[in-house]
Amino acid sequence: MGNLLTPSSPPEHPQPDWGAIARDADFKALVSRKLKLVVPATIFFVVYYFALPVGVGWFPDFMKQKVWGNLNIAYLFALSQFFMAWVLAFIYVVAAAGWDRREHALLAKFGFNSKD
Amino acid sequence: MNFLISTIATPVDHTALWMFLAFVAATLVITYFSARRSTGASAYFAAGRRITGWQNGLAVAGDYMSAASFLGIAGMIAMNGYDGFLYSVGFLVAYLTVLFVVAEPLRNVGKYTMADVLAFRLSPRPVRAAASMSTLTVSIFYMIAQMVGAGVLVRQLIPGVSYEMAVVGVGVLMVVYVVFGGMLATTWVQIIKAVLLMTGSAFLTVLVMREYQYDIGKFFSSLAAIPSTGPNGEKVVRDFLTPGLIFKNPWDQISLGMALLFGTAGLPHILIRFYTVPDAKTARASVVWAMVIIGLFYIMTTFFGFGAASLMGPDYVQAHGGTNMAAPELARKLGGEVFFAFISAVAFATILAVVAGLTISASTSFAHDFFTNVIHHGKEQQPGAEVRVARITAFVVGAAAIVIAILLGPGVNVAFLVGLAFAVAASANLPVLVFSIFWRRFNTSGAVTGLSVGLVSSIALILVSPDIMKENALFPLKNPALVSIPIGFIAAILGTLLSKEVPSKEKFTELQVRANTGLGAEKATEH
Repeated sequence: MGNLLTPSSPPEHPQPDWGAIARDADFKALVSRKLKLVVPATIFFVVYYFALPVGVGWFPDFMKQKVWGNLNIAYLFALSQFFMAWVLAFIYVVAAAGWDRREHALLAKFGFNSKD
Repeated sequence: MNFLISTIATPVDHTALWMFLAFVAATLVITYFSARRSTGASAYFAAGRRITGWQNGLAVAGDYMSAASFLGIAGMIAMNGYDGFLYSVGFLVAYLTVLFVVAEPLRNVGKYTMADVLAFRLSPRPVRAAASMSTLTVSIFYMIAQMVGAGVLVRQLIPGVSYEMAVVGVGVLMVVYVVFGGMLATTWVQIIKAVLLMTGSAFLTVLVMREYQYDIGKFFSSLAAIPSTGPNGEKVVRDFLTPGLIFKNPWDQISLGMALLFGTAGLPHILIRFYTVPDAKTARASVVWAMVIIGLFYIMTTFFGFGAASLMGPDYVQAHGGTNMAAPELARKLGGEVFFAFISAVAFATILAVVAGLTISASTSFAHDFFTNVIHHGKEQQPGAEVRVARITAFVVGAAAIVIAILLGPGVNVAFLVGLAFAVAASANLPVLVFSIFWRRFNTSGAVTGLSVGLVSSIALILVSPDIMKENALFPLKNPALVSIPIGFIAAILGTLLSKEVPSKEKFTELQVRANTGLGAEKATEH
């Protein structure tokens, strides 16, 4: 019956009002900003990746064309996949740094900091 | 070529064994110090959540890059050129799914396992039971493939060590790391392995390029006409940059690509790594570190794979231990016995780091999801029970893996088990993970149906695939993902819509706020 003995020992932080944060315009803006990058970027990398097996599987004559010395389109396209992945990851990280700033501002508005 | 002749004359060379023992000694010292710090559940299961971004990036890479990647892909390229390179691409691109979709929400919402996210707003017991089943299946299949592979490799790499000795050695070490050192020791074993693997690969790449005076154009020109002997003894000359030399059915490549792209983000042993860092931001940084390391690794693999093709040739590789020995034999040819021994020791470090990661993911899921949450309704009966159960599970899983690997023996082809692990992760785990984060209507029935149907359909399709049934296969593809992923998604959708259960709206709102802001996420422990 601890509640009888200590009726008001407030926790260090109140339980967040999840609904209030979710309804906040800044929260909705944050989520839609994330989706605006993640959804097109995901579609892009899935299409770009599957273009490789589709290309070498059904258009081998095109993919075998030599571009530089002995290097053909098939090799360069496969190699480009690595750089595509790194570039998309870089774009994501730069965008996410902006999301982090908005997230801190949003949490501050509700009396929390990023350590909560 | 004096060293080639002298190795045949010398009876047994123990350099590789000594290097391997040095690695084992170093990892046991780490385990000793980790054991003294691994007190409490958060320390044991998540290394106190105090691993930094670059450390976790290396550990994710170390957890992921298996001996099959290191030796298998290099060997595939050495034997048949370009198709091996094509095979390697998906392993990196898959990390975009991890980065964009799962890493940050997982870290923000969960505690120790993937099921923490799934159970957050659904009925916890059935969801955790199904998720635990799928986690144990993925981890154990993958582990058996690794252990059999380890046993086969050791006979070729370290003279005087038998298949059984290798399997027992690998099994005992992984159990020791996990039982005594927990996640902290596992993490450092994976970090050291990643550093060794990258060092060995970089050195081997430089040695290859030195043969071509560091001239990239000259290197690729040498691949235009690689002579080899065909299956019927006929001499053939092939351009090793031409696609399609071994992969004849493009649907196989597409199915495998789907397993990789959507399965990596559902591999339990990779996912639990994101709980070891302090917050979602560090989880994000660690994916990027891992992508840099994994990408460089696969690009280098192609250089020494192609190098093995042009400097030794497929016939030489075939005569010197076959596909898996292409990279170590190239190291021997270009760097002598000591470098061969180093690359062999690196291959073992590689296997150990992966199986340790699988052991801790299986035991964490059993202890946290099944024991604590399914059997005991989320309450620990005595302090420390969860960690104690995890240690016992690690021991049992390790012992079972040793026995199964020895019973299967070195002759069984178990490579398809790795493909199966990715297919189950993609068909069972990923659909429910995505729906539980993004789909408000998603409910318990959908999660349980999705997990079970995804798991069963992947296994069933593998059983009737060419890897098992050979030419009588009922299902034409080596990897089931092309069919089993849509089945997993449809099962999760139908399971949801056919049930009248309405999930809690408030819990979904809470999950959205937590996933996107990190508010209320599990904290790193203080010193």
